[in-house]
Amino acid sequence: METRNLTCINCPMGCALTIEMENGEVTSVSGNTCPRGDAYGRKEVTNPTRIVTSTVRVKDGEADMVSVKTAQDIPKGKIFDCVRALKGVEVQAPIHIGDVIISNVAGTGVDIVATRNVER
Amino acid sequence: MYDVVIIGAGVCGAAVAHELSRYQAKICVLEKEEDVCCGTSKANSAIVHAGYDAVTGSLKAKLNVRGNELMEELSKELDFPFERNGSLVLCFNESDMPNLQALYDRGVANGVKGMKILNKEEVLQMEPNVTEDVYAALYAPTGGIVCPFGLNIALAENACVNGVDFQFDTEVIQIRKMEEGYELQTDKGVFCAKCVVNAAGVYADKFHNMVSEKKLSITARRGDYCLLDKEAGNHVRRTIFTLPGKLGKGILVTPTVHGNLLIGPTAVEVEDKEGVNTTADGLAQVLTKAGMSVKNIPTRQVITSFAGLRAHEAGDDFIIGEAEDAPGFVDCAGIESPGIASCPAIGEMAAGIVKEKMGLIAKDDFIATRKGILNPGTLCMEERNDLIKENPAYGNIICRCEMVTEGEIIDAIRRPLGAKSLDGVKRRTRAGMGRCQSGFCSPRTMEILARECGMSMFDITKSGGNSKLVVGTNKDTVS
Amino acid sequence: MKNYDIVIIGGGPAGLAAAVSARQSGIDSILILERDKELGGILNQCIHNGFGLHTFKEELTGPEYAQRFIVQAKELDIEYRLNTMVLEVGADKVVTAMNREDGLFLIQAKAVILAMGCRERPRGALNIPGYRPAGIYSAGTAQRLVNMDGYMPGREVVILGSGDIGLIMARRMTLEGAKVKVVAELMPYSGGLKRNIVQCLDDYGIPLKLSHTVVDIKGKERVEGVTLAQVDEKNKPIPGTEEYYACDTLLLSVGLIPENEISRGMGVVMNPVTSGPRVNESLETNLEGVFACGNVLHVHDLVDFVSEEAAAAGRNAAAYVKSGKDGASDAKTPVVAAKNAVDKDTREEMAQQDTGAGSEQEIELVATGGVRYTVPCTIRTSHMEDELKVRFRVGSVYQNCFVSVYFDDERVIHRKKMVFAPAEMEEVKLTKEQILRYPELRRITFRIEE
Repeated sequence: METRNLTCINCPMGCALTIEMENGEVTSVSGNTCPRGDAYGRKEVTNPTRIVTSTVRVKDGEADMVSVKTAQDIPKGKIFDCVRALKGVEVQAPIHIGDVIISNVAGTGVDIVATRNVER
Repeated sequence: MYDVVIIGAGVCGAAVAHELSRYQAKICVLEKEEDVCCGTSKANSAIVHAGYDAVTGSLKAKLNVRGNELMEELSKELDFPFERNGSLVLCFNESDMPNLQALYDRGVANGVKGMKILNKEEVLQMEPNVTEDVYAALYAPTGGIVCPFGLNIALAENACVNGVDFQFDTEVIQIRKMEEGYELQTDKGVFCAKCVVNAAGVYADKFHNMVSEKKLSITARRGDYCLLDKEAGNHVRRTIFTLPGKLGKGILVTPTVHGNLLIGPTAVEVEDKEGVNTTADGLAQVLTKAGMSVKNIPTRQVITSFAGLRAHEAGDDFIIGEAEDAPGFVDCAGIESPGIASCPAIGEMAAGIVKEKMGLIAKDDFIATRKGILNPGTLCMEERNDLIKENPAYGNIICRCEMVTEGEIIDAIRRPLGAKSLDGVKRRTRAGMGRCQSGFCSPRTMEILARECGMSMFDITKSGGNSKLVVGTNKDTVS
Repeated sequence: MKNYDIVIIGGGPAGLAAAVSARQSGIDSILILERDKELGGILNQCIHNGFGLHTFKEELTGPEYAQRFIVQAKELDIEYRLNTMVLEVGADKVVTAMNREDGLFLIQAKAVILAMGCRERPRGALNIPGYRPAGIYSAGTAQRLVNMDGYMPGREVVILGSGDIGLIMARRMTLEGAKVKVVAELMPYSGGLKRNIVQCLDDYGIPLKLSHTVVDIKGKERVEGVTLAQVDEKNKPIPGTEEYYACDTLLLSVGLIPENEISRGMGVVMNPVTSGPRVNESLETNLEGVFACGNVLHVHDLVDFVSEEAAAAGRNAAAYVKSGKDGASDAKTPVVAAKNAVDKDTREEMAQQDTGAGSEQEIELVATGGVRYTVPCTIRTSHMEDELKVRFRVGSVYQNCFVSVYFDDERVIHRKKMVFAPAEMEEVKLTKEQILRYPELRRITFRIEE
């Protein structure tokens, strides 16, 4: 049996959750004050995911950097693989919101897309 | 071989250089920092004292009164901010009245003009924010305030224009007496000079002692200060002192020439001659003690704090003159308060000694005046628009707090002895000196510096040396 | 001198939303003055996600959120000038501005909307002792260097202050290759949102030390390290608790200050608690026709609320212009103009009522008992929309408490909440109907009760 302690992020309460697991299955969530805490706790210990945001250098643009993000959330464990894939990447202006910068980043099936416009 | 080498580009070194640049001579200033005004000259009360504090007959007394007289004219010739705002020394008890009277009498003996002893009502009428506990005060209308950077930079710039050579990032390591003159070994090679002027601030004893058996001993006395936002700048109009104590003139409260309110300093003797770190105790003391002479100081409006070092010599007076056993080695040592006030007179005196010694002849092409960096805020709308039309950089505000334009920053970089660092730009233009303390403008000023100086952003520093501001690019260490 | 109905100072989220809403309320002559080279304000450097959940029901990054409003403003042909600094606004609503192309110029506005945002508190405001080397940045400055310019301000970082920008920068610096050693927070609770603590610190194993502060900064040229110490209940460092962290960078996220220099210059009366203007139900300052919204009014934690508040300011400014109360201009037509306007805003009526209502008694809003302030500070029922959101912050963390609203001495709202925290802005809705039931009402008091 495994116990994980987390802080719920759904509201400022920040309930201290205790999640009991057996063979990768959640057996109980405690410490939560509402059902949202239960759901959050279960997801966080079984399949935590995050949106990753970062920057990429731009050539010939009105700005030197373009901000980017993963189009959907990716497994938390893949965050640094994603960052490594972005290292050294340079794109050519113009770039527009939603343009794919890297497709299927780090084998996640998720694209990295631009989050701002950079004109030439 | 130089005729004169001056060690130190603080106010004294610059004042001597400025005075000597009137004469036909090959002069060099050696400065260990990257700019002028990097030591004691940049961190002090910026007060042009009236001259009642120092013991009658002392150099401090004589040069203070003379320096105070010279300052106004100098500020016009060299275009730096100076204001005769007057000063008050507060006395809180009837029993202290003899001390206040003694100060008055000393002032008269020192040649200070226009002083008056005011009673409580008169003081409060003059300065309504002075504490109700005040009993009486000595009022000296000749007391003033100056921009210490402006003063230092103006003196140095004018000296430079008049042919004085300035070597920055050049630290004197050893001085040897030669058959004729001196050899100064530095980290940038050897400099030889017939005469040396020692204006090395807290290090003046070190250099003096290299050539003289009559040893000097300079102790650094640290003073912590707090600077308040311009919103608090009108809290008092005159400089408010309390009756002096053993280690100095106590905690003062003063407006600055730029309209901020300055409070401080403490007085703590420190071992480290670079020890300009503020301390929690020091800052707390400044805030508490300032509140004892002036009420309702809006301490929430502190925008920065800093510490400066006074170069206190054991004999408790300025030491200005040729060392007895080292001909041609002229000291400007032990320059603590009232150093800023005295510096024009110190320059005059030290340069006079060198001139006599070497029989220097006046130049006929000496340029006596200097124009400071144009502040477009002082122009009327029409003039300002003409300026922007001619140079659009004057229409581009970089520092939002102090409303400094790109034009002023470019001027600060391009002019003689121009700024090379963020602090250099700040001391010349006030960009970054306002209430946000460079949060907004520093990246922009860095870009301008990089562009104007042809430097990489990685080489831009806060204040020279290793004070680099950015260290790499995004993800450059990711592996 | 050019004339505009509404001049908006600042083209960030507040200014943009105010402009869009003023236009939708039927005002054609609008000018936004923006000091930066692009619209969007600070959102352009906030490249993290989490914006727009309330406004757009989806999670956007800062630049994406800004772009939504920029597109709207452009579609509505709202005029704006970039790289333009407002130097001064007179009480007569003459705006003095400057840029490279036009030089110094004057604009006469009928209404002014203050939307200048806020700035970060610098180190000096905290009196942190120590040296003053390179490597001390406010978190927002570092954010700009990294996110906009692509430069790393340092490699090994200590962060003082757990405000949201500090937390966000802890993650950003980590993802760009720096090592963030610790985040210290003076207060016994974090100044940031829970989710930022989890996703910016916990995710990367960055410790958060509550009730800690920086007591010394080492390094004469560049930061070499900082000393943290625990503080007691009075926020004084406890001797013996010092811990030294070697680092080359200290980031400060120690609070935001509304940027009201222009407002003060005009004679706008400030609320010392928020450092923003005191406003009435219309978000109008003591100066008639001068409105304020967004972080210049009070510091927000969610941009969605900024947009909402700014939209109200835009509507109210539009109503003011239409009412023709601005003495200088169009005195003949205002009420008619308001009636004919296409918007369905109920404020038309109020504009009408207003022509005779100079002497109306204002209802005062009082913040006490744990509530630090309210926005607005006063209500004129004649000008009130059907529903008014009163926003406030609490002074410390309260659990299982009530927010209570008293109409004079009668408690009319008593709402329980699991937790109130200073980092989270709260709101209470008041309806016009509810207030009109108390014709003698002089004072509405907000407090937290057990």
